[in-house]
Amino acid sequence: MGSISLQKVHKAFGNTVVIPEVNLEIADNEFVVFVGPSGCGKSTLLRLIAGLEDMTGGTISIDGKDVTREPPARRGLSMVFQSYALYPHMTVYGNIAFPLKMAGMEKSAIDTKVRDAARILNLTDYLERRPGQLSGGQRQRVAIGRAIVREPKAFLFDEPLSNLDAALRGSMRLEISELHHKLQTTMIYVTHDQIEAMTMADKIVVLNAGNVEQVGSPLELYRNPQNLFVAGFIGSPRMNFLQGETARKLGAATIGIRPEHLELSTSEGLWKGEVGVAEHLGSDTFLHIDVAGVGQITARADGEFALRHGETVYLSPVEKQLHRFNDEGRAI
Amino acid sequence: MARAVSSRRKTIVTIVAWVIAFVIFFPILYTVITSLKTEREAIDGISLIPSGTFENYVEVQAQRDYWKPFTNSVIISIGSTLIGLVIAIPAAWAMAFSPTKRTKDILMWMLSTKMMPAVGVLVPLYLLFRDTGLLDTRLGLTIVLTLVNLPIIVWMLYTYFREIPGEILEAARMDGASLMKEIVYVLTPMAVPGIASTLLLNIILAWNESFWTIRLTAANAAPLTAFIASFSSPLGLFWAKLSAASTLAIAPVLIMGWFSQKQLVRGLTFGAVK
Repeated sequence: MGSISLQKVHKAFGNTVVIPEVNLEIADNEFVVFVGPSGCGKSTLLRLIAGLEDMTGGTISIDGKDVTREPPARRGLSMVFQSYALYPHMTVYGNIAFPLKMAGMEKSAIDTKVRDAARILNLTDYLERRPGQLSGGQRQRVAIGRAIVREPKAFLFDEPLSNLDAALRGSMRLEISELHHKLQTTMIYVTHDQIEAMTMADKIVVLNAGNVEQVGSPLELYRNPQNLFVAGFIGSPRMNFLQGETARKLGAATIGIRPEHLELSTSEGLWKGEVGVAEHLGSDTFLHIDVAGVGQITARADGEFALRHGETVYLSPVEKQLHRFNDEGRAI
Repeated sequence: MARAVSSRRKTIVTIVAWVIAFVIFFPILYTVITSLKTEREAIDGISLIPSGTFENYVEVQAQRDYWKPFTNSVIISIGSTLIGLVIAIPAAWAMAFSPTKRTKDILMWMLSTKMMPAVGVLVPLYLLFRDTGLLDTRLGLTIVLTLVNLPIIVWMLYTYFREIPGEILEAARMDGASLMKEIVYVLTPMAVPGIASTLLLNIILAWNESFWTIRLTAANAAPLTAFIASFSSPLGLFWAKLSAASTLAIAPVLIMGWFSQKQLVRGLTFGAVK
């Protein structure tokens, strides 16, 4: 079991309010991702759940029990830190065994559990090494191993992949998702990378300046963003926003069009533009197009669509995929 | 070409370093040489070749017992350092891991007490010691040296603890460690090199402290610093014997320093280079 409930959670450092008020329900077994730009309060929120920061107001309950005043050790949660935070003076075995030792478990039981975790994470050959002798990916696995041996109610991940290179990040992302399926335990994952959020989450919580902007499944957020912030944050490349006369004609203060929802042609279309930069990724081509009277628009085209800088292109937005926002930036 | 210039530069730097080291070491060397001279040779002018007599050592030991002040020095320096560490570890811990707005001010204030001339508090402290019966006691000296060196111990440990990432301690907390277990299993093993170098340096500082040790002792608690001073009076100056006494007094700490120099350098330069 591992359901977590946040009620009116409020956090301020002195006079600086970091989290004005957050209410959130996380169901058992759910993979929840907190996503948002740097400084939006997502790590602080995670640390509040962990008990590493004291709350200024509100309550946190785990499995229905109020843990607001409980220290981290008594909340039954495990955390994987951005810097891995391994104990440098202990071996891999010592690191993974540490939480079990703290729980007062018997040596033989610790040994079985550590070796099981090491097998799951492909660390069996490294048990006698120290963290300094491991690669970044291996260190991350040790940190995960240390978290899973306790069989916690929930796992907390604080940007665990941000110190890894792109290729390793991709494979670790898969490993964590597989681990979630295998362990069937609640996971809360903090990241600023919306691709991680989209690919891993059952539920995404988009945060901005300490406020929850929207909560929903990845596709819900992609298809029905409730406001301009979520619309701009979810999706890559970013959604195009058109204002002024063009938007008014389409019945809104701001119109949002995703780059993949523009039909491109070299002969005809609603808007005529000139290609500024063309990014050829192989499977896709991202075109940054200057459209007279509208502004710069990013469009996603097929990889075969071979237009270059300075060439003319026609664009037509797919009508039913348009996102309309009012003056306050809320979806209509 | 570049390599040639750099190797010539290296040679020059090495020579300069050796010269500086020799100049710094020379007083100690000359003390040892003088201790091996006769009293006549000692006052005859500068000479680097002694006659090689050990009679000064024999006479120094015959005149005054070496072992009593030696024991006092050991007890006072180690005792004051250990008590200092017991007080300083929690203090440095709190300042490094739970700093407040005033932490820096407190650290500076502690250091500022070292800038005060000791003689300024000599009279009140002397009277206090006299009235409480602490004059000429090991306990009294241990207390004074603890207080004198405490700012340095706190500063060194604070600098060292600050280098330990807070996330590792938070990880221990998440792993179910209580504050005590966090200190025993995680902080202390990680801070052992820092604590060890702090311990060594403070034993040396306490061993060499002479202002308070000479003024607050007579016969019972007099450490080696008072032992040396006793040879500069009252029958006039006997340079060779004084040198023999000095050599005997500094030998233990010199030997300890020699064996632990790696640890000391690490402790003193910690935090300076990352």
